[in-house]
Parts: sequence; C-alpha cells; structure tokens
Amino acid sequence: MSDTVLFELVSPAKLLLSEEVEMVVVPGGEGDFGVLPGHTPMLTTVRPGIIDIYENDKVVKSIFVVGGFAEVSEERCAVLAEEAIAVDELDRDNAEARLQKATDALNAAESDVAKQAAERELRAAEAMVAACDA
Amino acid sequence: MPNLKDLKIRIDSVKSTQKITSAMKMVAAAKLRKAQLSAESARPYAERMETMVAALAKSFDGVDGAPELLAGNGKDEKHLIVLVSSDRGLCGGFNANIGRFARNKITELRAAGKSVKVLCLGRKGRDQVRRDFGDAILDTVEDLTKNGAQYNDANNLALRIRTMYEEGEFDVCTVIYNKFISAITQEVTPLQVIPFAVAQIEDTAKEAQDDELKALYEYEPSEEEILEDLLPRNLSVQIFRAMLESFASEQGARMAAMDNATRNAGDMINNLTLTYNRARQAAITNELIEIISGAEAL
Repeated sequence: MSDTVLFELVSPAKLLLSEEVEMVVVPGGEGDFGVLPGHTPMLTTVRPGIIDIYENDKVVKSIFVVGGFAEVSEERCAVLAEEAIAVDELDRDNAEARLQKATDALNAAESDVAKQAAERELRAAEAMVAACDA
Repeated sequence: MPNLKDLKIRIDSVKSTQKITSAMKMVAAAKLRKAQLSAESARPYAERMETMVAALAKSFDGVDGAPELLAGNGKDEKHLIVLVSSDRGLCGGFNANIGRFARNKITELRAAGKSVKVLCLGRKGRDQVRRDFGDAILDTVEDLTKNGAQYNDANNLALRIRTMYEEGEFDVCTVIYNKFISAITQEVTPLQVIPFAVAQIEDTAKEAQDDELKALYEYEPSEEEILEDLLPRNLSVQIFRAMLESFASEQGARMAAMDNATRNAGDMINNLTLTYNRARQAAITNELIEIISGAEAL
C-alpha cells in the first residue's frame, strides 16, 4: 500500500486538483474527517468550509469549498464541490456582499425550494466570511 | 446575353458573401475548440456524480420511500419539455432537427392524452415550436450561451424546474438537446431528468460500478439524506451538461454549414466568372466583325 492518497477536487466546470497527498482533512456534513491511505470506503456530504492538505504534518494548502460531496476509497478521495477557492484568494468584501445577498434572497424566498436554496447559499456565505478570518 | 456590368456586380457580391461565410466558419471553429474543451473538463464531475447516484439508487431498488426526484410521484400526466437550442441561426439543420423532434414528441404526448409544457432555452427552438404549439410554451430563456455555458445558469434553471415540480406543475421532465458526436454530427437526444432514469447512465457508469459498488460504502449521514442533497445537484449537472453539449454541437453544425456555404460560393464565383469572360469575348468578337465588315464595305 502506498503511503499517499490521491486527492481530487472537482468542480462542475473542471477538474481543479488531482495530486498525491499524505493526508487531507475535509469538512464533512457530520464533522471534519481526515483521510489517510487505506481509509474505509465512504460517501458523505461536505459542508461549506476549508479543506486542508497536509504534508509532513503541516498544512501545505487550504482550499475553501462551497459544499458538495466526498467519495472516499482506500487510495482515493474525490471531493465534488460546486465552487472552490484557495483560502489566500478569498476576499472579505466579496464574501460579505455575498452574505448580504443571501440574506436578502432568503427573506424574499417564497417557495420551499427557493427557501432551501437560499438557506444553503446563506450557510455557504457565512462559512466564507468565517474562512476569511481564519 | 447578360450585361457585363451586372455580372461584375453579381460576382463581387458573391465574393463578399463568401468572405463572411468563411469568417463565420473560422469563428465557429475557434468556438468549437473552446466548447469541446469545456465539455471535456466538465466530464469528471458529471461522471463521479453519476457513479454516486447509481450507487445510491441501487440501494433504493424496489424499496418504497425513495425520494421523488428519483422515483417520481407515480403519475405520468403532465410533461415538461426543456428544449435546448441556440439563439442564433445559420447553423444548418441544428435547430430544425431539434424542433422537429420536439414537435413530434409533443404531438405524440398530446395524442396520448397528456398535457405538455415547453421551456425553451434559446430563441431558435422557441421559433420552431411556437407556430404549432404556441400555447404550450411556458417561457424562453435567452443568451444562455453567450460566453459559453455557465454552471450558474444551469443551477438557476434547475432551481426553477424543481420549484415547478414541487408545486405540482408537471410529473415528468425531459431535456431535449443536441448531443455532440463529432464536429460534423450531432444527435438529437431526449434525457429524462425527473424522475431521474438511472438505467440511462448505467452503461456509462458500468465499469466504475463493477469496481466500486462491490466495495460497500459507508454513508454519512444516511443514504436518504445524501440522496436528498445529491439529486437536486445532479439535476443541475445534467442540465449543465446538456447545455455544454448543445453549445459544442451548435458550433460544430455552424462550422459545417459555413464550410458548405463557402464552397458553394466558390462554385458560384467560378460559374459567374466563366459567363463573364464568355460575354466579354463575345463582345470583342462582335466589335471585330463590325470593324472588318466595315473595312470590307469600302
């Protein structure tokens, strides 16, 4: 068994990242989880938050994702994210504008589906603002 | 005998038409490359999503309580057709084919006593359907592919379709789009998105399935919850993919059509030039005869 795991980050538009990493920590729907080689196969939701890629017990890359799914197998961890931004490139003003917009959308939402979508967007924006502070 | 000046004007006008068509061909070729690239780079996401849906759907096989987006609401009365076409013409049979297919489908469904509504993406598709089934058209979304297909647009559309579904405006939703086969061939393809037909994707996902479905997944949270989250996104992805394919097809069709037009214009210029030269020669001969016979008469 190799001592790295293939981490793939995919957005609807393209494959953003595909590289061998030692460990990756993903914000799962039920709490953060770390993926090391030989992880048991798992399907899970991903909440908005930061994915950390570790090398030699240090974070070498942090990426903010706006929710999605993760598929983990023994030698692979694939995260399907609707949006992904490197944490260094996050822009606080942008995030706050988005938060404002999401709040407005939630207040304006009438149907259940629209409300759900707005709530999801709100959570994403909140996480984005929080990620800026981190 | 056509007038020399008229012929000259005619030739010039065909020449400038040829310039336009060959420029359009080159623009379409460049856009096609870009469209193909974005269609290809969107594939990994869609494929993984399909594998996940297939894996989850399997665990609901024949079990009650599957989410409605997957299993349907048990009715088959009201149909929604999402017609993906282009905003611009001059792309050969691209819009005509999809329009014809849609009209046949509507006629068929209506004959079976179902009600049909159409949501048009792209102006040209609406024009195709409007004459016969103007009452069925709900709305037309334009300018979707101005800068290539955007996931955000697909997402908004999916949201709108889901809202309509929740409100019971339709039972079955089918997306009709031109599937990209190669630069010169497109295939009109119906894709049922609500309820999502897993059988359709089984072929593509089969290999992956064999390998991965055997490995039992752990689900976190439960299967139902993941599926609830996954299916709406899957809808967006399917629509996004239809948009990408359709955009690539459109450029391919336009490239082929403009290539033909350029070639036809070339043929026409050759013919006209031949006629022009002949007419010129005839005029010269005529003048010569006049001069010679005038000289002889002296």
